[in-house]
Amino acid sequence: MLPASAFSHPSAVPGAPAVEVFELRKEFRRREGLHRRRVTALNAVSFSIERGECVAILGQNGSGKSTLVRLLSTLLLEDGGSARVFGYDVFREPRRVQRLINRVSVEASFFKRLSAIENLSYAARFYGLRRRETSAEIPRILERVGFPLDRATGPMEDLSRGMQQKVALARALLTSPALLLLDEPTTGLDPRSKLEVQEFIREVRRVHDATVLLCTHDLAEAEKLAERVGILHRGELLCLAPAAELKRRYRTETLEQAFFAATGTALDEGEEASE
Amino acid sequence: MRGAATTLRSELMGLSGILERNTYIIRRYIWWELAWFVWTLANTLTIAFIAKGFAQSGAKIDVNKATSWLLIGALVWSYLGMVFGLLVEMVQWERWEGTIEHTFMAPLSRTMHLLGTGLFAVLYGIVRTAALFVVIALFFHLRLPHANYAAALVVLLVASVSFIGIGMMTSVLPLISPEKGVQLGYVAQGLLLVVSGVYYDVSVLPGWMQALARISPATYALRALRKTIIDGAGVRSLWGDIWPLLVIGVVAIPLGLEIFRRGERYAKRHGKLKRSG
Repeated sequence: MLPASAFSHPSAVPGAPAVEVFELRKEFRRREGLHRRRVTALNAVSFSIERGECVAILGQNGSGKSTLVRLLSTLLLEDGGSARVFGYDVFREPRRVQRLINRVSVEASFFKRLSAIENLSYAARFYGLRRRETSAEIPRILERVGFPLDRATGPMEDLSRGMQQKVALARALLTSPALLLLDEPTTGLDPRSKLEVQEFIREVRRVHDATVLLCTHDLAEAEKLAERVGILHRGELLCLAPAAELKRRYRTETLEQAFFAATGTALDEGEEASE
Repeated sequence: MRGAATTLRSELMGLSGILERNTYIIRRYIWWELAWFVWTLANTLTIAFIAKGFAQSGAKIDVNKATSWLLIGALVWSYLGMVFGLLVEMVQWERWEGTIEHTFMAPLSRTMHLLGTGLFAVLYGIVRTAALFVVIALFFHLRLPHANYAAALVVLLVASVSFIGIGMMTSVLPLISPEKGVQLGYVAQGLLLVVSGVYYDVSVLPGWMQALARISPATYALRALRKTIIDGAGVRSLWGDIWPLLVIGVVAIPLGLEIFRRGERYAKRHGKLKRSG
């Protein structure tokens, strides 16, 4: 069991879905010689996620997955459409949204000379958590994610990627997010670390009742963890349904075949980056 | 009322997070800090030796006073460099470490984020500048019998408000130009150097540069600090230099915050709020 969080969940608008995205559009300008051209990263994407649900978005590199996560993380402004998190407008009420979310991305993103405890400690302060709340909570959470505590005071740069990713999960959990945004959290991890991270995600949902948006290009991971799977291709959300239904819809036996049937390309084929 | 108190507590906690993080960083890079201190010391010595050099070449000057005069210029310049440096590199550093997205998506207001960085820069700058001053004063056996250090600290703190405000304006540059923003910040710092009378009186400048000197907080800070350290002036007698610093500070902080807010919106619009590589 995860340790009981010392912090209560922040408030959310009663009855509102965890995520409501409507006709969301994002473009980037790309320089090509003397000219700039517009590249559409997301094109009129609409979906919603219920509270406590886990939704996986599958897509190739450059399909718009990270742009979607960054929009919901308040790191980008939209070019059209809307997005709400627990009823709050992501672009007009970012502070309210920021209190409800946290994120784990493919890069662990830490001050590499600082220790795990130092990185978690200052980050918790940004979420209004006091030292007396976090001094006991940080070692507990690190232990729970399988991080060896004897490494917790050494520089992060001396840790393996798997260990760094566990610290990233601990950082996200420390703030008790109501919505956890996972942007390829297991990419590049060894099989054992991958399984540990996946088990931890299940436990976060079970114990903390968190809603999870998982962007990945790992089909097995999506099928194992998510109630519904979406396919994002060239900025467009082609479908969003339970994996079994997707297989039925595309008359395929595997999710991989369903992805190919929906997009005409394999998941591991690269595309041009959207940013 | 209770909600406002909770928000304020949360904001102050966020500000303490900035101080905490930067303290960890300084501690983890302590040998680099020492190396940089030696570099600053060498630079300051180079400036302070100028008075002795002029005296040796036949110029009739009070070497002790001239050395003190130049030393104050060099110290203020070094202090200003630290405050501006920490502010302008705030974004670039996070971009490099890859933490920028996590910091900017945290529920920490940009005001507290920038003020926390500015406050840390001031505390860090004062400690380093004081250490530098002691070492140089001992090196040159400087006699400063009238020095009013308390008044000097007051002037430095008042001036720091303006420095933080201008630093905020320059700190937006790496946000909108990840490649060249930091260098542009140093250009702004260099412009302050030339018009503020760091190593000479502003009266030697051409008229149009003197007009710029009047809106630079460093001009008033330098003049007031020289009066406190060399002549022993008290805070009351420095009002002529302190009130412009207060006015510039009152304008610079909100202006700096607004410029940063607009820069952040631009970065969010164009996808520049992300790590390097």
